Formats: sequence, C-alpha cells, structure tokens
Amino acid sequence: MDLPVWQALHQELEAKHFVPIAVAFDSAGNAAAEPWIKAANPTYPCLIDMHHLVAELYDMVNVPNAVWIDENGKIVRPTEPAGVTDSFRTMDRKTFAMPQDAVDEMMAKRTAYQNALRDWADKGSQSRFALSGAEVLRRMHTPDDDRVRAAANFRLGQFLNETGRAAAAVKYLDEAQRLRPESWNYRRQALSLKDPTNPLAAGGPEFWNAVDALGKEKYYPTADDI
Amino acid sequence: MANQPTDIICGETTSRAVAADDRNDGLWLSAADLQQVSGWVFKPEGFCKEEVCVPVPPSRTAEFVSGQSYNLVALAGLLGQPVVADTANHAWCIGESSRERRRVLQSLDAPDFTLPDLSGKMHSLSDYRGKRVFLVSWASW
Repeated sequence: MDLPVWQALHQELEAKHFVPIAVAFDSAGNAAAEPWIKAANPTYPCLIDMHHLVAELYDMVNVPNAVWIDENGKIVRPTEPAGVTDSFRTMDRKTFAMPQDAVDEMMAKRTAYQNALRDWADKGSQSRFALSGAEVLRRMHTPDDDRVRAAANFRLGQFLNETGRAAAAVKYLDEAQRLRPESWNYRRQALSLKDPTNPLAAGGPEFWNAVDALGKEKYYPTADDI
Repeated sequence: MANQPTDIICGETTSRAVAADDRNDGLWLSAADLQQVSGWVFKPEGFCKEEVCVPVPPSRTAEFVSGQSYNLVALAGLLGQPVVADTANHAWCIGESSRERRRVLQSLDAPDFTLPDLSGKMHSLSDYRGKRVFLVSWASW
C-alpha cells in the first residue's frame, strides 16, 4: 500500500503543481478502502472506483499502475507499474522474508521512480521522463475486442455481486478473467469477492499459483528508462 | 409484448427496472427508455446522440425498430459495442467499443472520469487541469 509514499511526495512537490490522484479498485467500496486511506491521512484526492472504471479507461491490469498527465491533460507516460518490481516473488511464503538482494532491488526501483517523479515536477516537459507523443503511443497498450468484452463481463459480474446475487456473478467474473488473463485486477478482485470474509483471499494459494505460472514473464513489466 | 423489469448498465449509466422485452436475442425498449438508458434517439436519419447520427441500413430496419420499440442490442452491434446478458436475472451490460476506447487513448488526451472520495464528494480528472497529475491505482485486496 503506497498511499503514505504518495503523501510524502505530495507534501514535497505540491508547490510545483504536482498532485497524485489515487484510485482504489475496490468493488467493496469505502468499507474496504477506508482504513488504508484514513491511515495515510492524505492531502491529495483518494478516489473510490468500485467498477474499475479507471482501469478500463487507461487499460490498467494491476496495482499499482500509473499514468502521468501534464498540465494540459495530455498523457506523457502511459500506464506502467508505479515503481515496483518482481522482487516479492522471491519471498518465503510462510515467513514473508525476502533475500537481501531482492530487497535492495525493490528499494532501488522505488527510489528511482520517486526521483523520476521529482524530475518531472521540476522540469515538466523538459524532464527526460516526460515522453514524446510518439514514444507514449509506442509504449501504450490499446484495447481490442476481447478487452472491452472482458470489461463488460467484469462490470456485469460486479453489478450482480453488488446487488446480492453473488452466485450468478461468478460466471461473468470468470469470463472476464478468461478474456483478459493478464489482468491481475480482474483475477484478484474476483478472488476477494468470492471469499469476502477472508481479507487475504487475493493473496492466497490461487494467487501464488498464477504468479508461478508466469514463469519468466514479469508480474510487473516495468519500463527500462526509470 | 412481454415487458420485464430489466437492469441495464450502459457505459457509466446504470438503469434499474426498465421495462424491456428480450425476445429474439434482442432488448427492446420504448423511445424514452432508450434515450434514458443509452442517450441515443431514433430519428429519420438513424440513431442520434449529441451531434452524431448513425444511419440504419434500410434493408435491416426491422432489426432495430418494431412499432414503438427499439432494439438496444442491434444498436450496440451497429456501434461495435459488446453486449453481455444474464437473462435469468434480467441484467444486461452494454460496454464501450474497442474502436472508441482506442480513439480516445491514441488522441493522448487523458480520458476524463468522475469518482467519489470517502466522503462522497465527486472529483473529475479535469478539475485538476493546470497540475501535473500522477494518476495511480491501488487496492485493499
């Protein structure tokens, strides 16, 4: 949970017209998100996105994913993992301990990402991390028919769940995942909705099996310029 | 016509208990409900929303119009929008077309949205024009 990290950056960079907008992909709404937001005591907007609308609009498949948007409302970095690495995959699944080199790698990436945000807040379009339009387009993943169909299935499943028809919802949540297997948002939100009394449902054996099935593929495919 | 109270999610609008008939794999609504649910209005030039009109192929009019009712599923097909239905629960979702999603993203204009904070106060991305916005996702799960 990075809300306190973004809070520290906001305090540091607010005078440079920098603002984080954090969006919670939480179908359970305030009940799920509130304790985390209260603990971070944010001075920047923390919004609740029960329907994962922002994920659909910006083609986000995981958390934390981020987009940088300049003063004119233009995208200058498209959706990418926000300063996170695959280091967690080396974790001991009982003790949660990680080898020191994995911890170092994780912290280095986090620092580099925050420094890139500082550079952008300082220099705006002159920052080397603010990409040209052509480079944004090159990196951007754009929605195809399977993706919009996945989104419609997820939305219907989420609606059925929200209106007390959890059993009927499963089929649509599963179909969203089948059409968009790379969406950890669909996968983990569904695990959480199917087992609502278990706060660790989205990080249990099903999650780890899916992570293991990635093999050499990245869980967080980060850009190589940060 | 056998109307059922039907829940219809269309884009960001959710309409509960709309009188609709789901015969022949379609979803037939009155003109008023079609407009309320989807924003589209049927006119002589075709289906229209704001300044945009999409003509209906004359040979296929019967797929779209039957007396005073209009087929939302056929309209979605015309617009390239995905349709997902749970007919047992009379619940439907009409999504956005991939063409429209691509058009918006590839313009590089950040798509606007409006969402609540914990207190229920609504915020739009466009409220923050003039700032360098770091839009970042997270989740409790």
